[in-house]
This record gives sequence, structure tokens and C-alpha cells, in this order.
Amino acid sequence: MAATTSATAPGRSDSSGPARGREKPRRSYSIGRSAVPYLLVLPAIVMELLIHLVPMVVGVVMSFKELTQFYIRNWGAAPGAGLNNYRLVVDFNGAVGSALLHSFLITCAFAVLAVGFSWLLGITGAILMQDTFRGRGFLRALFMTPYALPVYASVIIWAFMLQHDNGLVNHVLHDQLHLTAKPAFWLIGDNSFISVVVVSVWRNWPFALLVIMAALQNIPDELYEASAIDGAGVWQQIRRITMPSLRPINRVLVLVLFLWTFNDFNVPYVLFGQSAPPAGDLISVHIYQASFHTWNFGSGSAMSVLMLLFLLLVTAAYLTVTSLSNRRSNA
Amino acid sequence: MPSTYRSPTARPMSFVWTRRIVLTLMAIFAALPVYVMISTSLKPLRDVTEKFRWFPGHLTLRPYVDIWHTVPLAHYFVNSTIVSAAATGLSVLIAVFAAYAVSRYRFKGKRIFTITVLSTQMFPGILFLLPLFLIFVNIGNATGIALYGSRAGLIITYLTFSLPFSIWMLAGYMESIPRGLDEAAMVDGCGPLGALFRVVIPAAIPGIVAVAVYAFMTAWSEVLFASVMTNDTTRTLAVGLRGYSTQYDVYWNQVMAASLVVSVPVVAGFLLLQRYLVTGLTAGAVK
Amino acid sequence: MRRTRITAAIAAITVASAALTACGGGTATGNGGNKNPKTLTYWASNQGKNLDDDKQKLTPELQKFEKQTGIHVKLEVIGWPDLLNRILTATSSGQGPDVLNIGNTWSASLQATGALLPFDDGTFNAIGGKQRFVPSALGSTGVAGKPPAAVPLYSLAYGLYYNKKLFKDAGIANPPATWSELVSDGKKLTHGGKYGLAVEGANNAENIHHAYIFAKQHGGDFFDASGNPTFTSPGAVAGVKQYIDFMAADKITAAGDAEYAQNQSLQDFATGKAAMLLWQAAGVQLAQRGMKAADWGVAPVPVQSGAPGQGTQVDTMVAGINLAVFKNTQNRDGALKFVKFMTSDEEQKILNGKYGSIPPVTSAQSDPQFANPEQTVLRQGLAKSAVALPQVAKESQFEDLVGPALKDLFADAAAGRPVTEDSVRKRLEKAQQQMAG
Repeated sequence: MAATTSATAPGRSDSSGPARGREKPRRSYSIGRSAVPYLLVLPAIVMELLIHLVPMVVGVVMSFKELTQFYIRNWGAAPGAGLNNYRLVVDFNGAVGSALLHSFLITCAFAVLAVGFSWLLGITGAILMQDTFRGRGFLRALFMTPYALPVYASVIIWAFMLQHDNGLVNHVLHDQLHLTAKPAFWLIGDNSFISVVVVSVWRNWPFALLVIMAALQNIPDELYEASAIDGAGVWQQIRRITMPSLRPINRVLVLVLFLWTFNDFNVPYVLFGQSAPPAGDLISVHIYQASFHTWNFGSGSAMSVLMLLFLLLVTAAYLTVTSLSNRRSNA
Repeated sequence: MPSTYRSPTARPMSFVWTRRIVLTLMAIFAALPVYVMISTSLKPLRDVTEKFRWFPGHLTLRPYVDIWHTVPLAHYFVNSTIVSAAATGLSVLIAVFAAYAVSRYRFKGKRIFTITVLSTQMFPGILFLLPLFLIFVNIGNATGIALYGSRAGLIITYLTFSLPFSIWMLAGYMESIPRGLDEAAMVDGCGPLGALFRVVIPAAIPGIVAVAVYAFMTAWSEVLFASVMTNDTTRTLAVGLRGYSTQYDVYWNQVMAASLVVSVPVVAGFLLLQRYLVTGLTAGAVK
Repeated sequence: MRRTRITAAIAAITVASAALTACGGGTATGNGGNKNPKTLTYWASNQGKNLDDDKQKLTPELQKFEKQTGIHVKLEVIGWPDLLNRILTATSSGQGPDVLNIGNTWSASLQATGALLPFDDGTFNAIGGKQRFVPSALGSTGVAGKPPAAVPLYSLAYGLYYNKKLFKDAGIANPPATWSELVSDGKKLTHGGKYGLAVEGANNAENIHHAYIFAKQHGGDFFDASGNPTFTSPGAVAGVKQYIDFMAADKITAAGDAEYAQNQSLQDFATGKAAMLLWQAAGVQLAQRGMKAADWGVAPVPVQSGAPGQGTQVDTMVAGINLAVFKNTQNRDGALKFVKFMTSDEEQKILNGKYGSIPPVTSAQSDPQFANPEQTVLRQGLAKSAVALPQVAKESQFEDLVGPALKDLFADAAAGRPVTEDSVRKRLEKAQQQMAG
């Protein structure tokens, strides 16, 4: 979500994107001197330090320690491991490293697919619901429900539906539609990848829908009116007006969805239980198992730190690339 | 609602039919698990462990009675309500202050502040679960303030989880409130806080509601930290739901009934307030 | 300018982190005492139908203890998915219960953390002596040669449960005593949607219990004498393959069992979908699922040939729950009193009776309620042909790496992919390499 920093930094966001010229940069109350802004952000800083930053730093420190079951009781005494934990987890010829690499690649594929489909469903739904029609309010409420359900509840329902013997999915696909020669396994084996993608999309696309619906309200009606006078049809309007206007929000939305999906712990953890099948071995659960099950918090932390660095890198690269292409298309 | 001037009848049939078909498919996708939850919650356990059936063979409300003593659900309800409400209230308050500073003041370190706060969204929870736990315990040992195992610990954890998104969204929202308003209030003799409370907050209500909904949902359904940081007396609903799959049995019908009961407050609240959410996002985040 | 500010900020955070976690585990280095003699916190594991059921079963006993000693016991029943994490966080912070239940296979792993009070001779004397316990149960309380980290509380063993009616219908007179008999019986019993044997293919704990016994029967082991993993030893590979083959080759197990992790196999047995089941003390749960006691029988778990015994003739693991004292307790004397109370003859009879397990205390075993056919089979298995799971510090890693390996092999079998000695060895090899980490 660092994407959004540029949007909140005054004087910068206004110079790029179609929202340009909406408001002029204004004079701030004071520059630098006053204690007021610091007092206002102080509570937020204290909380962020206590809950996020300090534990984070401790986590990074842990990644340089040999923090196994022998030392967790008094981990101040755990010997330093130098870069050993990192060496272990990036040794892709070794078992730990290759398992991490496999999990990482699975997670990338998962995140790309889950974000792609969530976004696609979200934008389709939002565009189709731009007009008022009967049942629109009901549909909107229905579409929002998966997002509002507590994650444990919604994923456990999916686990129930995806059972091999008694699940709804096999009942429909095999017993009723006869699409499969024999009932498929959805929670073990290779299909588990499909399962986790579907469940993640089901949970996340309402968020995309909500954000895009909000963004659509910001498109001035005059644009549509003018194009209608020019004889543009609805499909052309979507292509020429709606899609370009959504570009800035898509940029942020895709990034936010990617970070959430990539970090997602609850969906795979509740869906697959104590051990995820290789095809559904997403990185957050992988790290959880590496640290909490094998009690090696040193190497587990090292994995987390690498994952964090990766996300920072992706975010920075993404923002650079999209802002470049934004600038080009707006020039 | 905007766009109403575009009469639906003006749409070509191809668009109308695409809309009908696609929205129907989406509705099925969204509704199917919800239907399964409701229908399963009305079945006796025996039926649930057999082959799936679309309609319950015999309807029973028994699971809705049983859920309350299989796990102390009512007790967890109280815990979750207290924790989520307190976390939401504090989170909104802190976010309002911070967002006000970010949107109205220029100060040294502002960029670092916003970047840092937002990048915490990237932190994998697993990385700081154990350190946070240790910090809570050490604070407890040093000061006697019990954070581990108490509701207070969960409250400050959850409020911080929703803080980055809240600050970002509210700052965006406040940017859209004309400064003339609070400058006028300041001229009238209000201090910065007076301007915030008399002018900015009332104008930012949709954004605040949106943020509050988000914060409440975050707190209401968090599982990982709650499973480690709570005990018998402070356990929350999201963790308590796991109590229906015991060592020996999964009470699927009760899981579904309890999930339904647990979901109703958030889903209802969310749906009632979603109009605000759209407005809040429109003005705040998506510009 | 900006750079120095960032550096300063990072420095400040680091200092704050150091200050906040300076003493690492807080009071973890302390060794407890008796500062708080009037109360105890007890973490019980989930042994009954659900957490509430456990509470109701234990509360009267805890009240009895309070009446005897004046010590109030605060009970918390913790579900299995949370128990190990809670113990772990308690260990790392020093904030834990006074007395707690642990799965007996975790003993050596937890012992290695140093969080549990070692039961040396003096401690054992305080609770009535080591000789009161059944030797095989004591074999699963920690690394050999060190004072145990816990004492046995409830004992369990595997038995072969079989459906009498289905056996009769198939014309089988006696339950199988060897695996080849079990397979041929299983084939007779497998028809029309019913299967010979139900397994819990996605359950880590069940998987490693069976893998270990099968490996033992093939003369193999998962660890050598010095505690190093030997997952790919011929015996281990052959043992695992034999277990998977019930589904992959012999086809006496339904493919759907590959995703069972929540006792669906027990359900299948109770409803007659499967004719045999390898389980620990299933009786109570079968009754709860509406299966009449007359409809099922229990026999010792089969062996390769001959009769159950020691060495390659073992047929069950020493399963069960141990009771441990947290080293940091502020009421060590009270905690030991409580352990003594819970392992007393009277409480052993009551509690094991309630849970359908076997008392690990010799003098309590003679009670008539443990002499019914089911308990007799399990008791004899424990006494004669049981082996403890490896008592090595890395046991919990073993469980978490080999368990999923078997789950993946079952998934292969269920998908119709061939399960060969090679594919088994590859999975186990991967698990073994990860142990190094």
C-alpha cells in the first residue's frame, strides 16, 4: 500500500493522473515549527512502534540467531548465526531452500491468478452495475457478503464444499453434471491449487467491486453524455471512457490486492489444515510451519525477511513502471 | 446515485443480456457458499456426514441450540464485541488525528511517517507474532500491565492492524474537505483541535464510518494472533469457532450455525453501512 | 539530512527493541518456587467430546483436590490445534501454566527446551515413586538416560477394530493376525461401495504412528542410535510403502480416505462403510456414533508373521497423554501435589474410566472396568508389544515432515499415480533433508 503515499503527499498527486487540476495546492498552516502535527501523529507512531516496527526489528534480529527449540526458553542466550539462516534458506539445491523456492513460485502464480480474477470479476461487476436496474441493491448486498463474512467461517464452508466424498462441488461436477470420470480431490493433490485460488477470489473480488464502483462514481457524467452525442455505443463508452478513467485506481487496487493475497495466511491455513499439499503450499503457511512446527524461528524469520524484501522490491518496481507508463499515456 | 439519466432502455439488447447472464453467474458464485452455510446449519449431524444434498432431508434447529454449549459462544461473543468495539473506536480516533496532521500540516518527517505506516501492510504477520508476544510479556513483567492474555493486548494489536489503511483513507478524505472551512473556524477562535472536532470530523463522517467498518471487520475475524494471545477467559469468536472441530469430530452443522450467528452482526453492519463505504472510498481513497 | 534522520530513527527503534526484549524470556531463567501456594493453573488437553465435556469431567476432580489441599486449580482446556503453540509461547516467555498435559510423543522435544521440570528421583518420590508406573508408558517421557520431563497420565494403544456383521457376511471367522491375512480379508470385504480398511490419510499424527510401527516390523527405524534421522533406511521405506499399499496396490481402502484428517475413518467404520479400522480406544466414540457394542470386536494389530511381541513383532506405539510441571511454576510443591493426586489410584480409575483410556499406573489397572475385551487387548498390547515413538529432541519435526510425506503419498495413490519404492524413498528423502534445517 505504499502506492498510496504519493497520493497523500500534497502537491505531488495533483500533478499526475486525470484528477489533475481538481484543487490547487494550498498553503499549509505552518511549516515545520509547530508541535501540533507531531502531537497529532504521536499516538499513531507509538502504536506503530509497539505493534509493528519494534517486533519487526526483533524479527530481523531473530533471523541472525540460531533460535531453535534449545534456545527459545531464553533466547537472549541463543548464539548468533551470522548469515547461516539466510544461506540455508536460499540454498536452492538443499531441501529447505528448494522447498522455499517451490513455495515461493506457487505463491507468485497464486497471487497473479487470484488478483487477476478478483480484479476481472470486480471490474465486470462494477461496469455492469453502473446503471440502475431492478434488483441492483440486492445484488450489491449479495456480492458484498463474502467480503463481510469472517474469514474462518467462509473458508471452513469452502472446505466443507470441497470434500471428496460428501462435498457439494463433486456432487455437482460428478454426480449431477457428469463432467468428471470420477470424483476429483480438491483438498489434496494438484487440484488444491485451483481450490485455493477460487476461495481467495471468492473472498477478495467484492473488495475490487466496491473500490471500482466507488471510482466509477467519480467519472463525470458529461463525458458519457458527450460521447453519446458523438454516437458512441455502450461498448465503446466502456472502452474509451470507463477503462481509461479507472487506470489510476486500478494501479493502487492491483497492488493492494497483490500484497494482501501474497501475504494471505488464513485462507490456505483454514482450507488445508495442518499440512498444505505441495500444490497449495503458499509461502505464509510454509513459513509458519517452518517456524512454529519445526521450532526454528531463526530460519523462519530469515524466510520472512526475504519475503518482505521481495514485496518491497515488487512494490517499488511496480510503482516505477506504472507511473512511467501513466506519464507516457497522459503526455 | 449518478448515471440515472442514462435510461436502461437505451441500452442495446446485447448489453442487457450480457449483463443478465454475467450477473446471474456472479450471483451464483457469491451465494452458493452462503446457501450451503444456511442449509447445512439446519441439518442433523448424521445428514451432514453423508453425501451432500441440496435440501435438508429433515429440518432441525437443534444446531442453533447446541452451539451455545459445545463452546461457550456467548462468552466469546462478549469478548469479541468488547475487543472489536474498543479497537475500532481507538483506531478511528488515532487515525483521525494522524490523518488530520497529514492532510493539513507540512512537517518534517511526514513522508517517512506515511511511507513507514503504509509499508507495515507488507509485514508478514508470522514474522512479528512471536516478538510481539515477547514484548507484551516483558512489558507485563516490567510494569505490571498485563497485555498478554488480556483483552487490552488484543485491542492495541488490532487497532494497529487497521491503522495504516485508516490513516491513508481518512487523509485522502480530509484532503477533499475544503480547507476554507477549518480556516474559517480557526479565524473564529477555534484551535486546531477545535477546528478538527467542530468542522472536519462532521464533514468526514462517511470516511470515518468506512474506516470504522474496516477496523471492526479486521478485529472481528482475526485468527492467528488471537489464537496465541488469548486464553480461556479472553478468547474471541473467530478462534472459538475452531472449537466445533474437536479431536474426535467435526460438528459441521454446528460450525455452520455458529458461523452464521457470528457473521450476522458484521454482515448486517457492513451491508447497512456499505453506502457510506462507497461514499467514503469515493471521496477518500480512489481519487 | 534525510539519510541521517532515517539512520537515527532506525537506531532509536533498535534500542527500543533491545530494551523491550532485553531479558529475552523474561523470568524464563528462574526455576520457580513456592511464592504462590494457594492456586495452580492447569492446561488440560482435549480428551473428551469437546472442550466443555472435558471441563465437566475434570471439574469435580479438581474440586476434590481443592477440598483435600486447599489449593484452587484454575482449569483451561486447550484444543489440539492450539496446544503446542500455547506451550511454545509459554516457553519462550516464561508465562505459562503450573501443570499441563502434553502429547506423550512431544516429551523429548519439550524436554530439550528446558521448560519442564525434570522428574528426578527426588521429584518422583514426592509423587509416590517411579515404580508405580507401567514401564512402557515411562518409555515415552523423554530422552533415555535423562530424568523424564513428564509422567504418564492416560495410556492408549492401537487395536484392530472389526465389524462383526460384515465379517460374518463375508464368511470370515476370525479377525486377521497378520497383514497378509488382513489384505486377503480386506479384499473379500471390499465390494459395493464398502471397503476393507479405513485409514486417516491426511492426518499427520495417525500417519507417523503407523509409519513407525510398519518400519519397526521391517526391522527399520526413523532414527539411529545417536538420534540422527534415517528416514530412507530400507525398513522405513518398505514399512511406509506397505501402509500406503492398502490403498495403492491392495485397493482395500477407499481413495477418499486420502483426505481424511478429522476422524472420518472412524465415522466410516461406525456406519459400516469400512469393515476394519486401526484405532486407539475407539469404543467410547463408536458408541457416540450410534454403533452398538455387540457389532464390533477388537483384536491385536496384525504383524508380518507370528505373534505380537518385541523387536520386529511390535504392533502398537505407546500412545497417550503425559502430565508435566512447568519449571517456572510459583507453586512447585502444590504442582507436585497435584501430579500426585492425578496419578493416584483413585483418580486414575475415575479419569481413565471417563475417557476410555488405560491407566499407566499399574495398581489402577486391576480395576474391573479396565478388564472388558477392548481394554484388555489394548492393555496387553501396551504391556507386551508396544514401542515408544523415537524419544529424540527432533521428534516434533519428524511428525511434521514425515506426516505430510505420507499424506502426499496417499494423494498419489488416490489419484491413481503409481506408488513405488522409489517414489516413497524420494518423499522420505526430502523430509529427511529438511530435518537438517
